[in-house]
Amino acid sequence: MSLDKATLERVAYLARIKINNSEIDKMTEELNNIMKWIEELNEVDISDVEPMTGVSNMTLREREDKVTDGGYQDKIVSNAPEKIDTSFTVPKVIE
Amino acid sequence: MTKITDLGVVETLDGLNKKDFSSEEVVSEYLKIIESDTKLNAYIHFNREKSLSEAKKSDQRRSNNNSLPLEGLPIAIKDIFCVEGEKTSACSKMLESFVPDYESTVTSKLWQSGGIYIGKTSMDEFAMGSSNETSYFGTVTNPWSSDGNALVPGGSSGGSASAVAAKMAPVALGTDTGGSIRQPASFCGTVGIKPTYGRCSRWGIIAFASSLDQAGPITRSVKDSAVILQNMSGFDNMDSTSANINVPDFVNACSKSIKGMKIGIPKEYRLDSLSNDVQNVWESGVKWLKNAGAEVIDVTLPHTKYALPTYYIVAPAEASANLSRYDGVKYGHRSEDIKDLEDMYSQTRAEGFGEEVKRRILIGTYVLSAGYYDAYYLRAQKVRTKIVEDFNLAFNKCDAILTPTAPTGAFKIGEKNIDPVTMYMNDVFTVPASLAGLPAMSIPSGLDAKGCPLGLQLIGKAFDEETIFSIGSIIEESANFKYI
Repeated sequence: MSLDKATLERVAYLARIKINNSEIDKMTEELNNIMKWIEELNEVDISDVEPMTGVSNMTLREREDKVTDGGYQDKIVSNAPEKIDTSFTVPKVIE
Repeated sequence: MTKITDLGVVETLDGLNKKDFSSEEVVSEYLKIIESDTKLNAYIHFNREKSLSEAKKSDQRRSNNNSLPLEGLPIAIKDIFCVEGEKTSACSKMLESFVPDYESTVTSKLWQSGGIYIGKTSMDEFAMGSSNETSYFGTVTNPWSSDGNALVPGGSSGGSASAVAAKMAPVALGTDTGGSIRQPASFCGTVGIKPTYGRCSRWGIIAFASSLDQAGPITRSVKDSAVILQNMSGFDNMDSTSANINVPDFVNACSKSIKGMKIGIPKEYRLDSLSNDVQNVWESGVKWLKNAGAEVIDVTLPHTKYALPTYYIVAPAEASANLSRYDGVKYGHRSEDIKDLEDMYSQTRAEGFGEEVKRRILIGTYVLSAGYYDAYYLRAQKVRTKIVEDFNLAFNKCDAILTPTAPTGAFKIGEKNIDPVTMYMNDVFTVPASLAGLPAMSIPSGLDAKGCPLGLQLIGKAFDEETIFSIGSIIEESANFKYI
């Protein structure tokens, strides 16, 4: 499976990373080299193998459904690039 | 006379206990060399007032006979741990001005044990790299470099390893996702342990690949690492994969006999590309363990060669999800050159992330995208199962596995950052234990032909760090490695 320029552009859009036209060729080639190397995995017989997400095979813990945290909006917005009081602000979305 | 900064963790704590010096003196000495360093660039940030004021409080506690286990000990922190009120950037432009309002669990445990924050160490951006060359704050130099031959410290915890090797800290915290504690530890001639996945809480550590990330110490002795790990470990409600398992006595394990223990040597790690130096150090390791009464046996880990490609699907996939939070809204960098919201996201991320981080986000997004998920991500998850099964079978026959930590010693700055796959090969021996979540330690064991340190890696069973502390202590004693 080779990764062409159109695919790279689609992936970059999905990842919300703007790519300049001047970067596309180099990036496509680099990613292609990596993906080509990764294709070694096709040699492995994975029939009847369960996939694993992580090594901790414990069941996720549950806790009582009650509020245990909160009440510090000022702290939460303290690193915001832009804010009004305790709200984050972004460029206008709806005209 | 021995300088205060020549002392390791145990020795510094001894000196403090004996009132040979105060914590304020120790901290002042370290601040002096951190402030005057112009060669290594190991630290990116420190806070003189805070460190000294904490040291004074510590001296007060000591004089009141309320000493804590790490009372007065300076500890350097990789810039990936949130330290309340201190800039925490993961060495990325994206988080250049981020100041966390909370403390990571691991650092909080260390402060509660009496440890003193001495500064933030450099790292590869978002822990993605094996040479510390992707740090937004510039390259870090390995203190083993000779004139005109600047070497990388390894990565991603390169600043931590460089600082400890150069005696700019008795201990530094690192994190390890695919070898980021062990490989720089090997390159800089220091001890580094990645504990079992789940042993140390991930809360407050900037996430890279959540199924792999683990915190651990870098020190100049095995026992020093045991002391620090003891105080970092334990269950934490704030991390959903934190293991609710008792923390054994790691320090005690350092002096246990290894007589009759079985050490596995995996033949798949005998790569053709392995240099004679690395091969020789590995053989010395075998000899040392035999001399100490251990039995050395051959084991097989047939899927070893697939670990690295598996890692380069799993880790980027998780990273692409974890790093989607950096969108210019809540914290971190926001582009000023924007037309609308959509543009804000993509322009912010284009400006805020470095090349390697973008590369991994793109790979991760690709392998998780519709049409490619089964062929890449699902397949890698299954191969990961095979890799874990290999270890399970091997550990039916042995107590620990001995391998080199990395295929080479430290290389020159700029030598390997031309081609990504060449750089990734650095982690060929460290990634398998990461995928399996197993504890693994690098111990400095010899030098290569250029006179640079080489480490040996011990891989243990899950939640059996004790065995690798016992065996690691024997390697340390036998190697008699000369620190800088």
